[in-house]
Amino acid sequence: MRYAMVIDTLKCVGCSDCVVACQTENDVPIGYCRDWITETVSGAYPSIELELKSERCNHCENAPCVRCCPTGASHIVEGGIVLVTANECIGCGACIESCPYDARYQHPDGYVDKCTFCHHRLEKGQLPACVAVCPTKCMYFGDLDNPNSEVSRLLKNRKWKTLAPEAGTKPHVYYLI
Amino acid sequence: MQEEIFVSGRNIPNIDPSLEIWHWPISLYLFLGGLAAGILFFASVVTILGKDKDYPTTVKYASLVPPIALTLGLLALVYDLTHPLYTWQLYTTIRLESPMSWGAWVLLITTPLSFLWVFSYYSELFPKRELKFKFLNTFEKFLKNNRKNMAYALVPLSIILGVYTGILLSAFNARPLWNNAILGPLFLTSGLSTGAATIILLAKNTKEIQLFSRIDLALIIIELGLIVHMIMGMYAGSEVQLDAMNLLIGGEFTLMFFGFVVILGLIVPGILEALEIKGFKVPVAIPAILILIGGLIFRFVMVEAGQITRYLY
Repeated sequence: MRYAMVIDTLKCVGCSDCVVACQTENDVPIGYCRDWITETVSGAYPSIELELKSERCNHCENAPCVRCCPTGASHIVEGGIVLVTANECIGCGACIESCPYDARYQHPDGYVDKCTFCHHRLEKGQLPACVAVCPTKCMYFGDLDNPNSEVSRLLKNRKWKTLAPEAGTKPHVYYLI
Repeated sequence: MQEEIFVSGRNIPNIDPSLEIWHWPISLYLFLGGLAAGILFFASVVTILGKDKDYPTTVKYASLVPPIALTLGLLALVYDLTHPLYTWQLYTTIRLESPMSWGAWVLLITTPLSFLWVFSYYSELFPKRELKFKFLNTFEKFLKNNRKNMAYALVPLSIILGVYTGILLSAFNARPLWNNAILGPLFLTSGLSTGAATIILLAKNTKEIQLFSRIDLALIIIELGLIVHMIMGMYAGSEVQLDAMNLLIGGEFTLMFFGFVVILGLIVPGILEALEIKGFKVPVAIPAILILIGGLIFRFVMVEAGQITRYLY
């Protein structure tokens, strides 16, 4: 089992519904977020390109946050999901420093928090909150080890990229381009 | 042109516009840890070589510094934690891949050892204040007889402690300025150099001052060499590493790095120490204090600048 998220940047309109859904589902404190939308404009007028992306923890295979965690609070569970155990976390910030995606933040209660791929929903057979609410259906979630899953087929048939692959983290959020 | 904005408002004050999760306590600890490692290293080596009678400051008076420095450093580290009540979780596991885990365990052994080291010199350090309890006297004697054993343990421990202050930063591949292996030896050398400077500052006999001026001069030359290597290595690196180096060379940290760390913290005290070895009369306190201040600023520059550098995608 290898969970992955595939996001179609051509279908995303940047409505931030995924952000709000996550904040509601996971009771994220006000002013913080586990996922966010970026709008990247590149090129010079008149040939300008706009790309909208919903970003979050990439649940890396070679996760630097797990490697540098001194207590083992950051760990990888089945399906490759990177989680933080709140009452093992001392709030040293090493994982935040080690993340090339700046996906983690210090919760006002002290421990470090981040996207969990909605692990609690997956256990019930539901999709992550962000994927479930997306109005343009540009987000897909599934198992990469299964060659017939929707995410595997999308990655086979479409052009895609990951964020900062040069950081060597083997991220598992894919962007269709 | 490429411009990226956060549409959804990633309103995280510590991340945007730049990540700053580690503040002054970390820089201060890195300095104090290196300083303590330096002094403990010299004290142990002198003891192992059986020269402790010739260099009393190194083994006795300067050794008062590490327990204080490590205690202050540990307090600073805990102060910077946001979940400090769970600090004990560090000692429920040994994680070989995590430099901070290494550091936590090494500090757990080194800090008490540094106290025991001072206690083994109690009657020489405080001849007028006698120990009230008999068992304390017995304990002091026991430590005195085992001083060499402590020294054998402290040599590797102090080296790990000194290297760890650098490796702590270099283990993060997400911060390109930190992510180079030379930071370990560089911080160790800098720590040893500040340790030697403290000994020079506290020493009274000329023989000790002369020896440690020589050691310190050698360490300054090595440190300058390592800094040149760091700059060259970064310039031969990828775009993110070039960006990182540009912060120190031409960017906002140029004055702090070259003015205060390289020139005032290394080159000027190096020249003064060389003159002193040649026989010119130089007040030894000047180079020693310059090195200590330079070492402190070096930590601040590296911690602050490192957190600005990141991968851009």
